[in-house]
Amino acid sequence: MCLGIPGRITEIWEDRGTRMALIDFGGATRTACLAYLPDAAVGDYTIIHAGFALTVVDEAAAHRTLTTFRELGILETEVGT
Amino acid sequence: MRYLTEFHDPELAVRLVDAIADTATRRWTLMEVCGGQTHTIIRYGLDQLLTEQVEFIHGPGCPVCVTPLEMIDRALAIAARPEVVLCSFGDMLRVPGSTADLFTVRAHGGDVRVVYSPLDAVALAEAHPERQVVFFAVGFETTAPAAAMAAVTARRRRLTNFTMLVSHVLVPPAMRAVLAAPDNRVAAFLAAGHVCTVMGTEQYEPIVAEHRIPVVVTGFEPLDLLEGVRQAVTQLEAGRTELVNAYPRAVRPEGNPPARRMLAEVFSVCDRPWRGIGTIPDSGWRLAPAWADLDAERRFDVAELTVAESVHCRSGEVLQGRIRPPECPAFGGDCTPRRPLGATMVSAEGACAAYYQYRRLAMVDRDRVDLTEWTVTE
Ligand code: SF4
Repeated sequence: MCLGIPGRITEIWEDRGTRMALIDFGGATRTACLAYLPDAAVGDYTIIHAGFALTVVDEAAAHRTLTTFRELGILETEVGT
Repeated sequence: MRYLTEFHDPELAVRLVDAIADTATRRWTLMEVCGGQTHTIIRYGLDQLLTEQVEFIHGPGCPVCVTPLEMIDRALAIAARPEVVLCSFGDMLRVPGSTADLFTVRAHGGDVRVVYSPLDAVALAEAHPERQVVFFAVGFETTAPAAAMAAVTARRRRLTNFTMLVSHVLVPPAMRAVLAAPDNRVAAFLAAGHVCTVMGTEQYEPIVAEHRIPVVVTGFEPLDLLEGVRQAVTQLEAGRTELVNAYPRAVRPEGNPPARRMLAEVFSVCDRPWRGIGTIPDSGWRLAPAWADLDAERRFDVAELTVAESVHCRSGEVLQGRIRPPECPAFGGDCTPRRPLGATMVSAEGACAAYYQYRRLAMVDRDRVDLTEWTVTE
Protein backbone atom coordinates (compact mmCIF):
# COMPACT_ATOMS: atom_id res chain seq x y z
CA MET A 1 0.00 0.00 0.00
CA CYS A 2 2.88 2.34 0.72
CA LEU A 3 5.26 0.78 -1.79
CA GLY A 4 4.88 3.74 -4.15
CA ILE A 5 6.89 3.23 -7.32
CA PRO A 6 7.80 6.17 -9.57
CA GLY A 7 6.12 6.25 -12.96
CA ARG A 8 6.06 8.71 -15.86
CA ILE A 9 2.98 10.69 -16.88
CA THR A 10 2.28 9.97 -20.55
CA GLU A 11 -1.18 11.48 -21.00
CA ILE A 12 -3.49 13.89 -19.14
CA TRP A 13 -7.26 14.38 -19.54
CA GLU A 14 -10.32 15.66 -17.68
CA ASP A 15 -13.05 13.39 -16.36
CA ARG A 16 -16.05 15.41 -15.16
CA GLY A 17 -13.87 18.18 -13.76
CA THR A 18 -11.15 15.89 -12.33
CA ARG A 19 -7.67 15.72 -13.86
CA MET A 20 -6.65 12.17 -14.66
CA ALA A 21 -3.43 10.79 -16.12
CA LEU A 22 -1.97 7.68 -17.67
CA ILE A 23 1.18 6.57 -15.84
CA ASP A 24 3.86 4.38 -17.37
CA PHE A 25 5.72 2.18 -14.88
CA GLY A 26 8.37 0.95 -17.28
CA GLY A 27 5.94 -0.94 -19.49
CA ALA A 28 2.90 -1.45 -17.28
CA THR A 29 0.46 1.46 -17.41
CA ARG A 30 -2.17 2.63 -14.95
CA THR A 31 -4.64 5.43 -14.61
CA ALA A 32 -4.15 7.85 -11.73
CA CYS A 33 -5.93 10.92 -10.40
CA LEU A 34 -4.00 14.21 -10.61
CA ALA A 35 -6.32 16.20 -8.33
CA TYR A 36 -3.51 16.82 -5.85
CA LEU A 37 -0.88 17.78 -8.45
CA PRO A 38 -2.46 20.63 -10.43
CA ASP A 39 0.88 21.55 -12.02
CA ALA A 40 2.01 18.08 -13.09
CA ALA A 41 2.74 17.76 -16.81
CA VAL A 42 3.27 15.00 -19.36
CA GLY A 43 6.83 13.69 -18.97
CA ASP A 44 7.00 14.25 -15.19
CA TYR A 45 7.82 11.32 -12.92
CA THR A 46 5.38 10.91 -10.08
CA ILE A 47 4.72 8.54 -7.18
CA ILE A 48 1.27 6.97 -6.99
CA HIS A 49 -0.60 5.81 -3.90
CA ALA A 50 -4.05 4.22 -4.13
CA GLY A 51 -4.56 5.65 -7.60
CA PHE A 52 -3.50 9.19 -6.71
CA ALA A 53 -0.34 11.01 -7.76
CA LEU A 54 1.06 12.67 -4.65
CA THR A 55 4.40 14.17 -5.63
CA VAL A 56 6.43 15.03 -8.70
CA VAL A 57 9.93 13.56 -8.63
CA ASP A 58 12.42 16.42 -8.80
CA GLU A 59 14.97 15.30 -11.40
CA ALA A 60 17.57 17.88 -10.36
CA ALA A 61 17.35 16.72 -6.74
CA ALA A 62 17.67 13.08 -7.84
CA HIS A 63 20.85 13.93 -9.76
CA ARG A 64 22.29 15.87 -6.83
CA THR A 65 21.71 12.89 -4.53
CA LEU A 66 23.33 10.46 -6.98
CA THR A 67 26.30 12.84 -7.43
CA THR A 68 26.78 12.89 -3.66
CA PHE A 69 26.86 9.09 -3.66
CA ARG A 70 29.39 9.01 -6.51
CA GLU A 71 31.70 11.42 -4.70
CA LEU A 72 31.62 9.49 -1.42
CA GLY A 73 35.06 8.28 -0.44
CA ILE A 74 36.78 9.80 -3.45
CA LEU A 75 38.35 12.63 -1.49
CA GLU A 76 39.77 10.29 1.12
CA THR A 77 41.11 7.93 -1.56
CA GLU A 78 42.91 10.77 -3.30
CA VAL A 79 44.38 12.12 -0.08
CA GLY A 80 45.35 8.63 1.07
CA THR A 81 47.30 7.65 -2.05
CA MET B 1 13.48 2.44 -15.50
CA ARG B 2 14.93 5.74 -14.36
CA TYR B 3 14.86 6.53 -10.63
CA LEU B 4 14.47 2.87 -9.96
CA THR B 5 17.60 1.34 -11.49
CA GLU B 6 19.76 4.30 -10.49
CA PHE B 7 18.82 3.94 -6.84
CA HIS B 8 19.65 0.22 -7.00
CA ASP B 9 23.22 0.66 -8.28
CA PRO B 10 25.42 -1.93 -6.47
CA GLU B 11 28.60 0.14 -6.98
CA LEU B 12 27.11 3.12 -5.22
CA ALA B 13 25.75 0.81 -2.53
CA VAL B 14 29.30 -0.28 -1.76
CA ARG B 15 30.37 3.36 -1.44
CA LEU B 16 27.53 4.07 0.96
CA VAL B 17 28.22 0.97 3.03
CA ASP B 18 31.92 1.91 3.22
CA ALA B 19 31.03 5.47 4.24
CA ILE B 20 28.79 4.16 7.02
CA ALA B 21 31.49 1.73 8.18
CA ASP B 22 34.09 4.53 8.21
CA THR B 23 31.81 6.77 10.29
CA ALA B 24 30.40 4.35 12.85
CA THR B 25 32.50 3.76 15.96
CA ARG B 26 29.81 1.57 17.54
CA ARG B 27 26.58 -0.20 16.67
CA TRP B 28 23.58 2.14 16.55
CA THR B 29 19.94 1.17 16.94
CA LEU B 30 17.77 2.71 14.23
CA MET B 31 14.06 2.35 13.56
CA GLU B 32 12.76 2.45 10.01
CA VAL B 33 9.19 3.55 10.54
CA CYS B 34 7.52 2.27 7.40
CA GLY B 35 6.82 -1.34 6.47
CA GLY B 36 7.81 -0.59 2.89
CA GLN B 37 11.28 0.28 4.17
CA THR B 38 11.40 -2.91 6.26
CA HIS B 39 10.65 -4.78 3.06
CA THR B 40 13.59 -3.14 1.23
CA ILE B 41 15.98 -3.75 4.14
CA ILE B 42 15.17 -7.45 4.34
CA ARG B 43 14.86 -8.00 0.60
CA TYR B 44 18.25 -6.46 -0.20
CA GLY B 45 19.93 -7.71 2.95
CA LEU B 46 20.90 -4.21 4.10
CA ASP B 47 20.86 -5.39 7.71
CA GLN B 48 23.35 -8.11 6.77
CA LEU B 49 25.60 -5.58 5.04
CA LEU B 50 25.66 -3.43 8.17
CA THR B 51 25.62 -5.99 11.00
CA GLU B 52 28.42 -4.24 12.89
CA GLN B 53 27.15 -0.71 12.43
CA VAL B 54 23.37 -0.87 12.73
CA GLU B 55 20.64 -2.77 14.46
CA PHE B 56 17.37 -2.17 12.64
CA ILE B 57 14.25 -2.20 14.76
CA HIS B 58 11.30 -2.57 12.43
CA GLY B 59 8.66 0.05 13.08
CA PRO B 60 4.86 -0.14 13.23
CA GLY B 61 4.34 1.34 9.75
CA CYS B 62 2.36 -1.46 8.14
CA PRO B 63 -1.20 -0.17 7.69
CA VAL B 64 -2.72 -3.60 7.18
CA CYS B 65 -1.00 -4.88 10.33
CA VAL B 66 -2.13 -2.14 12.68
CA THR B 67 -5.75 -1.84 11.52
CA PRO B 68 -7.57 -2.73 14.76
CA LEU B 69 -9.28 -6.07 15.06
CA GLU B 70 -12.63 -4.45 15.87
CA MET B 71 -12.47 -2.59 12.55
CA ILE B 72 -11.77 -5.83 10.66
CA ASP B 73 -14.71 -7.43 12.48
CA ARG B 74 -16.92 -4.46 11.56
CA ALA B 75 -15.89 -4.83 7.93
CA LEU B 76 -16.72 -8.55 8.12
CA ALA B 77 -20.15 -7.84 9.61
CA ILE B 78 -20.94 -5.21 6.97
CA ALA B 79 -19.65 -7.36 4.12
CA ALA B 80 -21.92 -10.24 5.16
CA ARG B 81 -25.06 -8.14 4.60
CA PRO B 82 -26.93 -9.03 1.41
CA GLU B 83 -27.34 -5.44 0.16
CA VAL B 84 -23.65 -4.53 0.55
CA VAL B 85 -20.68 -4.46 -1.82
CA LEU B 86 -17.59 -4.05 0.36
CA CYS B 87 -14.48 -2.69 -1.38
CA SER B 88 -10.94 -2.40 -0.08
CA PHE B 89 -7.29 -2.79 -1.04
CA GLY B 90 -6.23 -6.36 -1.86
CA ASP B 91 -4.14 -6.94 1.26
CA MET B 92 -7.13 -6.42 3.53
CA LEU B 93 -8.94 -9.52 2.31
CA ARG B 94 -6.63 -11.98 4.04
CA VAL B 95 -6.28 -10.12 7.33
CA PRO B 96 -7.67 -12.36 10.05
CA GLY B 97 -10.51 -10.97 12.13
CA SER B 98 -11.77 -12.67 15.31
CA THR B 99 -13.29 -15.60 13.48
CA ALA B 100 -12.80 -15.12 9.72
CA ASP B 101 -11.36 -12.91 7.02
CA LEU B 102 -12.99 -11.10 4.09
CA PHE B 103 -12.10 -13.97 1.75
CA THR B 104 -14.18 -16.30 3.92
CA VAL B 105 -17.09 -13.88 3.80
CA ARG B 106 -16.78 -13.81 0.02
CA ALA B 107 -16.68 -17.62 -0.15
CA HIS B 108 -19.97 -17.63 1.76
CA GLY B 109 -21.63 -15.35 -0.76
CA GLY B 110 -20.64 -11.87 0.46
CA ASP B 111 -19.88 -9.32 -2.27
CA VAL B 112 -16.30 -8.32 -1.45
CA ARG B 113 -14.21 -6.61 -4.10
CA VAL B 114 -10.63 -5.45 -4.41
CA VAL B 115 -10.15 -1.93 -5.74
CA TYR B 116 -6.98 -0.17 -6.77
CA SER B 117 -8.32 3.31 -6.07
CA PRO B 118 -11.15 4.43 -3.77
CA LEU B 119 -12.55 6.21 -6.83
CA ASP B 120 -13.24 2.76 -8.29
CA ALA B 121 -15.58 2.14 -5.34
CA VAL B 122 -17.37 5.43 -6.04
CA ALA B 123 -17.79 4.42 -9.69
CA LEU B 124 -19.23 1.10 -8.55
CA ALA B 125 -21.80 2.89 -6.38
CA GLU B 126 -22.76 5.09 -9.30
CA ALA B 127 -23.20 2.09 -11.59
CA HIS B 128 -25.23 0.11 -9.03
CA PRO B 129 -27.69 2.45 -7.31
CA GLU B 130 -29.59 -0.58 -5.97
CA ARG B 131 -26.56 -1.74 -3.93
CA GLN B 132 -24.90 -0.23 -0.84
CA VAL B 133 -21.22 0.26 -1.66
CA VAL B 134 -18.87 0.54 1.32
CA PHE B 135 -15.21 1.45 0.99
CA PHE B 136 -13.02 0.15 3.84
CA ALA B 137 -10.55 3.03 4.12
CA VAL B 138 -7.31 1.98 5.80
CA GLY B 139 -3.75 3.20 5.63
CA PHE B 140 -1.49 6.05 6.63
CA GLU B 141 -1.27 9.62 5.38
CA THR B 142 -0.41 8.24 1.92
CA THR B 143 -3.76 6.55 1.23
CA ALA B 144 -5.98 8.97 3.17
CA PRO B 145 -5.92 11.66 0.43
CA ALA B 146 -7.41 9.12 -1.98
CA ALA B 147 -10.17 8.25 0.50
CA ALA B 148 -10.87 11.94 1.13
CA MET B 149 -11.32 12.52 -2.60
CA ALA B 150 -13.67 9.53 -2.80
CA ALA B 151 -15.91 11.16 -0.16
CA VAL B 152 -15.86 14.47 -2.01
CA THR B 153 -16.60 12.81 -5.35
CA ALA B 154 -19.49 10.76 -3.93
CA ARG B 155 -21.05 13.89 -2.51
CA ARG B 156 -20.50 15.85 -5.70
CA ARG B 157 -22.29 13.12 -7.63
CA ARG B 158 -25.08 13.04 -5.02
CA LEU B 159 -24.67 9.33 -4.34
CA THR B 160 -26.75 8.07 -1.43
CA ASN B 161 -25.51 4.48 -1.61
CA PHE B 162 -21.80 5.10 -0.88
CA THR B 163 -20.29 5.04 2.60
CA MET B 164 -16.82 4.55 4.08
CA LEU B 165 -15.57 2.52 7.04
CA VAL B 166 -12.67 4.76 8.00
CA SER B 167 -9.67 3.49 9.97
CA HIS B 168 -6.82 5.75 8.94
CA VAL B 169 -3.72 6.03 11.10
CA LEU B 170 -1.10 8.74 11.56
CA VAL B 171 2.63 8.20 11.78
CA PRO B 172 4.02 10.91 14.11
CA PRO B 173 1.90 9.90 17.14
CA ALA B 174 3.11 6.31 16.67
CA MET B 175 6.73 7.54 16.71
CA ARG B 176 6.01 9.36 19.95
CA ALA B 177 4.49 6.18 21.39
CA VAL B 178 7.67 4.26 20.48
CA LEU B 179 9.80 6.88 22.25
CA ALA B 180 7.55 6.88 25.32
CA ALA B 181 7.85 3.10 25.87
CA PRO B 182 9.97 2.37 28.96
CA ASP B 183 12.17 -0.11 27.08
CA ASN B 184 12.70 2.14 24.06
CA ARG B 185 16.15 1.68 22.49
CA VAL B 186 15.71 3.69 19.30
CA ALA B 187 18.58 6.17 18.79
CA ALA B 188 17.36 7.65 15.51
CA PHE B 189 14.39 7.37 13.16
CA LEU B 190 14.38 6.80 9.44
CA ALA B 191 11.06 8.55 8.82
CA ALA B 192 8.62 7.32 6.17
CA GLY B 193 9.38 9.35 3.05
CA HIS B 194 6.07 8.78 1.32
CA VAL B 195 4.08 9.98 4.30
CA CYS B 196 6.18 13.16 4.08
CA THR B 197 5.30 13.65 0.39
CA VAL B 198 1.82 14.42 1.71
CA MET B 199 2.35 15.89 5.17
CA GLY B 200 5.76 17.53 4.72
CA THR B 201 8.54 17.45 7.26
CA GLU B 202 7.52 20.14 9.79
CA GLN B 203 5.56 17.72 11.94
CA TYR B 204 8.82 16.04 13.02
CA GLU B 205 10.45 19.20 14.34
CA PRO B 206 8.75 18.95 17.76
CA ILE B 207 9.74 15.26 18.05
CA VAL B 208 13.39 16.10 17.30
CA ALA B 209 13.36 19.00 19.76
CA GLU B 210 11.51 17.30 22.63
CA HIS B 211 13.19 13.90 22.44
CA ARG B 212 16.60 15.04 21.18
CA ILE B 213 16.62 12.34 18.52
CA PRO B 214 17.73 12.52 14.88
CA VAL B 215 14.92 12.08 12.34
CA VAL B 216 16.03 11.39 8.76
CA VAL B 217 13.30 11.46 6.12
CA THR B 218 14.15 8.41 4.00
CA GLY B 219 13.06 6.93 0.68
CA PHE B 220 12.32 3.35 -0.30
CA GLU B 221 14.94 2.13 -2.76
CA PRO B 222 17.99 0.33 -1.38
CA LEU B 223 20.31 3.33 -1.88
CA ASP B 224 17.73 5.58 -0.20
CA LEU B 225 17.78 3.38 2.89
CA LEU B 226 21.58 3.30 2.96
CA GLU B 227 21.68 7.10 2.63
CA GLY B 228 19.15 7.43 5.46
CA VAL B 229 21.38 5.24 7.62
CA ARG B 230 24.49 7.21 6.63
CA GLN B 231 22.90 10.52 7.61
CA ALA B 232 21.53 9.12 10.87
CA VAL B 233 24.87 7.57 11.85
CA THR B 234 26.74 10.76 10.93
CA GLN B 235 24.50 12.77 13.25
CA LEU B 236 24.71 10.25 16.07
CA GLU B 237 28.51 10.07 15.90
CA ALA B 238 28.71 13.88 15.95
CA GLY B 239 26.25 14.13 18.83
CA ARG B 240 23.80 16.12 16.70
CA THR B 241 20.02 15.77 16.70
CA GLU B 242 18.46 17.25 13.58
CA LEU B 243 15.65 16.81 11.13
CA VAL B 244 17.19 15.96 7.74
CA ASN B 245 15.50 15.27 4.42
CA ALA B 246 17.43 12.46 2.71
CA TYR B 247 14.67 12.01 0.10
CA PRO B 248 14.59 15.49 -1.49
CA ARG B 249 13.61 14.24 -4.93
CA ALA B 250 10.15 13.37 -3.60
CA VAL B 251 9.66 15.31 -0.35
CA ARG B 252 9.18 19.08 0.02
CA PRO B 253 9.09 20.67 3.48
CA GLU B 254 5.45 21.67 3.02
CA GLY B 255 4.36 18.29 1.64
CA ASN B 256 1.40 18.44 -0.73
CA PRO B 257 -0.72 21.47 0.28
CA PRO B 258 -3.86 20.62 -1.78
CA ALA B 259 -3.89 17.13 -0.25
CA ARG B 260 -3.40 18.51 3.26
CA ARG B 261 -6.28 20.96 2.77
CA MET B 262 -8.55 18.15 1.60
CA LEU B 263 -7.58 15.92 4.54
CA ALA B 264 -8.32 18.71 7.02
CA GLU B 265 -11.72 19.22 5.41
CA VAL B 266 -12.90 15.61 5.31
CA PHE B 267 -11.29 14.02 8.39
CA SER B 268 -10.87 14.87 12.04
CA VAL B 269 -8.17 13.52 14.34
CA CYS B 270 -9.23 10.85 16.86
CA ASP B 271 -7.69 8.36 19.29
CA ARG B 272 -7.14 5.07 17.51
CA PRO B 273 -6.40 1.55 18.75
CA TRP B 274 -3.45 0.00 16.87
CA ARG B 275 -3.64 -3.76 16.51
CA GLY B 276 -1.08 -5.42 18.74
CA ILE B 277 0.00 -2.11 20.26
CA GLY B 278 -2.98 -0.49 21.96
CA THR B 279 -4.68 2.87 21.74
CA ILE B 280 -2.47 5.80 20.77
CA PRO B 281 -3.94 9.25 21.46
CA ASP B 282 -4.67 11.45 18.43
CA SER B 283 -3.25 8.83 16.07
CA GLY B 284 -6.14 8.34 13.68
CA TRP B 285 -8.43 10.05 11.24
CA ARG B 286 -12.19 9.55 11.17
CA LEU B 287 -14.77 11.30 9.03
CA ALA B 288 -15.38 14.85 10.27
CA PRO B 289 -18.88 15.59 11.65
CA ALA B 290 -19.91 17.30 8.40
CA TRP B 291 -19.37 14.00 6.58
CA ALA B 292 -21.23 11.75 9.04
CA ASP B 293 -23.79 10.79 6.37
CA LEU B 294 -20.96 8.90 4.62
CA ASP B 295 -19.98 6.99 7.77
CA ALA B 296 -20.58 3.24 7.33
CA GLU B 297 -20.37 2.63 11.09
CA ARG B 298 -23.51 4.73 11.51
CA ARG B 299 -25.39 3.41 8.53
CA PHE B 300 -24.87 -0.23 9.44
CA ASP B 301 -24.82 0.06 13.22
CA VAL B 302 -21.77 -2.09 13.90
CA ALA B 303 -20.24 -0.23 16.83
CA GLU B 304 -20.85 -2.96 19.44
CA LEU B 305 -18.72 -6.00 18.66
CA THR B 306 -16.65 -8.21 20.89
CA VAL B 307 -13.31 -9.25 19.46
CA ALA B 308 -10.81 -12.03 20.12
CA GLU B 309 -7.18 -12.04 18.94
CA SER B 310 -5.33 -15.30 18.16
CA VAL B 311 -3.58 -16.44 21.31
CA HIS B 312 -0.54 -17.68 19.37
CA CYS B 313 0.25 -14.54 17.40
CA ARG B 314 3.01 -12.29 18.73
CA SER B 315 2.63 -9.59 16.12
CA GLY B 316 2.25 -6.95 18.83
CA GLU B 317 5.81 -7.61 19.91
CA VAL B 318 6.97 -7.70 16.30
CA LEU B 319 5.32 -4.34 15.60
CA GLN B 320 7.02 -2.78 18.59
CA GLY B 321 10.43 -4.17 17.71
CA ARG B 322 10.60 -6.43 20.79
CA ILE B 323 11.05 -9.65 18.81
CA ARG B 324 12.03 -10.45 15.25
CA PRO B 325 9.52 -12.59 13.31
CA PRO B 326 11.59 -15.84 13.35
CA GLU B 327 11.51 -15.71 17.15
CA CYS B 328 7.75 -16.34 17.05
CA PRO B 329 7.18 -20.11 17.46
CA ALA B 330 4.43 -20.07 14.82
CA PHE B 331 6.64 -18.39 12.16
CA GLY B 332 6.82 -20.47 8.99
CA GLY B 333 5.03 -23.40 10.63
CA ASP B 334 1.50 -22.72 11.77
CA CYS B 335 1.72 -19.22 10.33
CA THR B 336 2.55 -18.61 6.67
CA PRO B 337 1.38 -16.00 4.13
CA ARG B 338 -1.11 -18.59 2.80
CA ARG B 339 -2.55 -19.22 6.25
CA PRO B 340 -1.65 -16.18 8.32
CA LEU B 341 -2.38 -16.15 12.05
CA GLY B 342 -1.57 -12.47 12.32
CA ALA B 343 -1.82 -9.41 10.12
CA THR B 344 1.97 -8.95 10.00
CA MET B 345 2.16 -12.15 7.91
CA VAL B 346 -0.35 -10.84 5.37
CA SER B 347 0.88 -7.67 3.76
CA ALA B 348 4.11 -7.20 1.82
CA GLU B 349 4.75 -4.41 4.31
CA GLY B 350 4.36 -6.70 7.31
CA ALA B 351 7.64 -7.72 8.93
CA CYS B 352 6.64 -11.41 9.28
CA ALA B 353 5.80 -11.61 5.56
CA ALA B 354 9.07 -9.88 4.57
CA TYR B 355 11.17 -12.34 6.61
CA TYR B 356 9.15 -15.26 5.30
CA GLN B 357 9.56 -14.17 1.69
CA TYR B 358 13.27 -13.38 1.72
CA ARG B 359 14.88 -15.00 4.74
CA ARG B 360 13.21 -18.32 5.41
CA LEU B 361 15.82 -20.31 3.48
CA ALA B 362 18.73 -17.90 3.70
CA MET B 363 18.63 -17.40 7.46
CA VAL B 364 20.93 -20.21 8.43
CA ASP B 365 24.15 -19.84 6.53
CA ARG B 366 24.22 -16.70 4.44
CA ASP B 367 25.80 -13.75 6.12
CA ARG B 368 27.06 -11.86 3.08
CA VAL B 369 24.83 -10.28 0.52
CA ASP B 370 25.43 -10.74 -3.17
CA LEU B 371 25.00 -7.27 -4.62
CA THR B 372 24.83 -8.61 -8.17
CA GLU B 373 21.38 -9.92 -7.25
CA TRP B 374 20.15 -6.36 -6.96
CA THR B 375 18.26 -6.39 -10.22
CA VAL B 376 14.97 -4.60 -10.64
CA THR B 377 12.14 -7.03 -10.99
CA GLU B 378 9.05 -4.88 -10.38
S1 SF4 C 1 4.79 -15.24 12.56
FE1 SF4 C 1 2.52 -15.23 12.40
S2 SF4 C 1 1.81 -15.79 14.46
FE2 SF4 C 1 3.97 -15.15 14.66
S3 SF4 C 1 3.89 -12.93 15.10
FE3 SF4 C 1 4.09 -13.13 12.88
S4 SF4 C 1 1.95 -13.07 12.16
FE4 SF4 C 1 1.82 -13.53 14.36
